[in-house]
Amino acid sequence: MHMQDKKLEVSAIENGTVIDHIPANALFKVISILNLDKMDRQITFGTNFDSKKLGKKAIVKLSDTFFKDKDINKIALVAPQAKLNIIRNYKVVEKKVVEVPEDIIGIAKCMNPKCISNNEKLITRFRVVSRQELRLKCHYCEKITDQEHIEII
Amino acid sequence: MKSKSLVSITDYSKEDYLRIIALAEEFEKMPNQTILSDKVVATLFFEPSTRTRLSFESAVLKLGGKVIGFSDSNSSSVTKGETLYDTIKIVSNYCDLIVMRHPLEGAARFASEITSVPVINAGDGANQHPTQTLLDLYSIAKTQGTLENLTIFMVGDLKYGRTVHSLLMAMSQFQATFHFVSPDELKMPDEYKYYLDCLGLKYTEQKEFGTHIDTADIIYMTRVQKERFSDPIEYERTKNAYVLKNRMLEGTKENMRVLHPLPRVNEIDQDVDVNPKAYYFTQALNGVFIRQAIIASILGLK
Repeated sequence: MHMQDKKLEVSAIENGTVIDHIPANALFKVISILNLDKMDRQITFGTNFDSKKLGKKAIVKLSDTFFKDKDINKIALVAPQAKLNIIRNYKVVEKKVVEVPEDIIGIAKCMNPKCISNNEKLITRFRVVSRQELRLKCHYCEKITDQEHIEII
Repeated sequence: MKSKSLVSITDYSKEDYLRIIALAEEFEKMPNQTILSDKVVATLFFEPSTRTRLSFESAVLKLGGKVIGFSDSNSSSVTKGETLYDTIKIVSNYCDLIVMRHPLEGAARFASEITSVPVINAGDGANQHPTQTLLDLYSIAKTQGTLENLTIFMVGDLKYGRTVHSLLMAMSQFQATFHFVSPDELKMPDEYKYYLDCLGLKYTEQKEFGTHIDTADIIYMTRVQKERFSDPIEYERTKNAYVLKNRMLEGTKENMRVLHPLPRVNEIDQDVDVNPKAYYFTQALNGVFIRQAIIASILGLK
């Protein structure tokens, strides 16, 4: 089953990017963070595939689309184990893992209801203070939002 | 200094603390000057804090400056639904410096980023109140002759008390030893203990108040508030356990001083007030000099 998935994903597109190992429940967050709903290229989504690591996983295949590291790294918040396969001429030419960036800007919501960012129109900003167990420190209220409470705007 | 504004105590370095303290000493010798005669300072208090506002306004007026502003949001357009963004943008046209207090955390940081006028944070919710910390440092430096290698007891609500957190951050730059005295429900949060661990600084934690305070250079008292307890019975049980009484000061060091950010309720018995080691009222006076120093420094006048 797993092998077939692999085969499917690499053979399906000629040029582009395959994002694998997305937790199934994070697929729609990934779509939202990368603005895939506004993209005009061919995209295939698959979800609820069995995964030893994740239980259920999702895959996104994007034709003729290549991301800059700083853009794709944004999904590390919701899919820290995501792996990227860069496809050229039906072949995987590069594999990448996502990395949590140092600063998270305009993606996550502060969990502190008394934070100004939840009461005034502004772009949220966090510094990543821990990567192992993801912990974000709000630039405004200086409180910590932990992995469990990260909400994507 | 990372920016002109003073929003968080971590905006200032150890050198900044020492420079501001030295300036405050100058102002204490000569508190009435005219260096602010062409300056207008706006005090925007989106929630009331009479003591802090009067301290700032006194600092400005003694230096010949003028003050505009409001003392709670009922007397401003906030009640009409104006955003903080708009209020700050408008007020920036009218003044050279903004002093603001706001019930929401991060409000001062946000304000400092949308105006070219420097902002001093006079308290943003439970987050920061850096001028309080600087006046605490000034009080400690004045009474101890140094900030280095002191032993500091922090007593009461160490979980929610922003003043103790900021003071810990600041004093940790001067090799302080800390003793935390609090009920279990109000213990110093792990992140601050972890911070001290990283710096290799010593600290202890205890529930009982009254023993071992003879090593203290500073006892920093805070209010234990009823609303902080999930269990009202637990509050009744502990409310009198963190009260400082005059007889407890017997045997403490000669140089030891008792500090409190005020207002106090009952955590320092009134019988302590006559003891020369009680310093909290002078501490409040120091607030005027330290605010004069901060304002003069930010406006580039000193």
